[in-house]
Amino acid sequence: MTRALALHLAVLAALFAAQFLLPSYHHTNIARIMVLAVFAMGYNIAFGYTGLLSLGHALFFAAGMYATGLGIELWGLSAAPALVLGLLAGAAIAAATGVLALRTGGVSFMIVTLMFAQAGYLTILYFGAYTRGDEGIVITRAARSIGSLDLSSDTPRYFAALALFSVGLLLNLALTRSNLGRAMIAMRENEERSRMLGYNPFKIKLTALLISGLYAGAAGAAYAVLFGYVGASFATIQYSILPLLYVLLGGAGTTLGPFLGALLMFYLIDISSGYTTAHLFVVGAALLILVLFAPKGILGWVRDRGAKWLP
Amino acid sequence: MLELSNINAGYGNVQVLRGLSLTAGPGQVTCVMGRNGAGKTTMLRAIMGQISTTAGSITLSGTPLQTLPAHEVPRAGIGYVPQGRRLFGELTVAQNIEIGLMTRGKGRATRDYVLSLFPRLRERLSQRSSTLSGGEQQMLAIARALCLEPSVLLLDEPTEGLQPSMITLIRDTLLTLKSTGVAIVLVEQRVDAVLAMADHIAFVTAGSVAETVPNTGLSTDSAQFKTYVGV
Repeated sequence: MTRALALHLAVLAALFAAQFLLPSYHHTNIARIMVLAVFAMGYNIAFGYTGLLSLGHALFFAAGMYATGLGIELWGLSAAPALVLGLLAGAAIAAATGVLALRTGGVSFMIVTLMFAQAGYLTILYFGAYTRGDEGIVITRAARSIGSLDLSSDTPRYFAALALFSVGLLLNLALTRSNLGRAMIAMRENEERSRMLGYNPFKIKLTALLISGLYAGAAGAAYAVLFGYVGASFATIQYSILPLLYVLLGGAGTTLGPFLGALLMFYLIDISSGYTTAHLFVVGAALLILVLFAPKGILGWVRDRGAKWLP
Repeated sequence: MLELSNINAGYGNVQVLRGLSLTAGPGQVTCVMGRNGAGKTTMLRAIMGQISTTAGSITLSGTPLQTLPAHEVPRAGIGYVPQGRRLFGELTVAQNIEIGLMTRGKGRATRDYVLSLFPRLRERLSQRSSTLSGGEQQMLAIARALCLEPSVLLLDEPTEGLQPSMITLIRDTLLTLKSTGVAIVLVEQRVDAVLAMADHIAFVTAGSVAETVPNTGLSTDSAQFKTYVGV
């Protein structure tokens, strides 16, 4: 077993143990963090590994969330197929966005993806008769079960989030070691050089965005079922920026960075909001310090200082 | 066999290549010389599909290359070592080679062959490529291009800025490649390097080949070098 795989399994084991060791207050928090970390992992695949700075990921997250929520509420699906529908919706919307947005690059790509996300947000509001607009959809407790597993209860919810996170993390690790993962990194490093070596940039970036959307859709779908709420606020720009911040904080282009970033950011807000109403000021200060002293994020900093094996 | 026939190409409204023709046969080194701005690098970029041609034809063993998208040209069997090396600086030597190998699905045998040409790279596999010396970076750039197992290798001033021992090493490697049947197109400014390697020398001026001569009986004092290169 390699050091990298051992580290990832150790993190998963620690999260498994946390359910038994930490006070119950943290169970819901960590379940939420794990789901958001899956979202951030998806973002990291596009941004950290492929160099696609997107401001449209809220759309992919919301696509997963609404496909699941509407699947349950409007079409009477049970939780399991609704989750699959959400996952596929995230991937499909990401692919459709990519086909158009990837004709641009750099700042233009960022703006185009932002426009798609805003269009998605306004679409949700426009079809308020189905989506219930700002108010959102509350998924009943009865609809949040898979078989006899009640995902609205603390313990099953925690382990469901852990299962999703584990699959996401290990697949992400496998991706970084695959040919596709290496091609994505080559694309991030220099698109023109990659083309010179025979890589098709459009195809690789579209594939990366599709996988990224798959992760975001899975996270959105899981969020809907595990926490019982589907709302338009999840389609706002805030939810495009959050995964970017998680990734920047934890380390772009590292597999564990998104989780570390989500964990630190979540608790930074949670703890600082207990002391001051200006908790976003604390978050801003933390990010400034990060940019000044560890611009590659925490795990990027660690990797630069000797842990080169860190994927 | 790589054949360029009467190609025109340029950047926007600026035409650089004007009816340029060149042939590079297997197991031969064709050196391309000319003053700055003559169109040498533009010719290589046109072959690689990085800029469009407006006239003429470029074929590899009879297959037209101009209809291929740029990323398909290396897959057709053309390796390119651009000026300035252009490695993936943040990646290690091993990762740079892996990325080269993946394009045409080449495996361990190709990797071992490439590393046997440059044993020094084997010692630095886990080193970030941006931290290599200039000569080592050039070795890696050539090694990466060879991972495609090209039938034609294009090199743009590979000895630029290198110390003599490195130049000798790269020259010997290119001659080894030549002996395996690879067609080499070498854009070079150093007359001594050209005389040591070339089978033919094409002198480019104002975007076209003014003269192609076999490398027999030429010396550093030959008139062509003074006329077309200014040395």
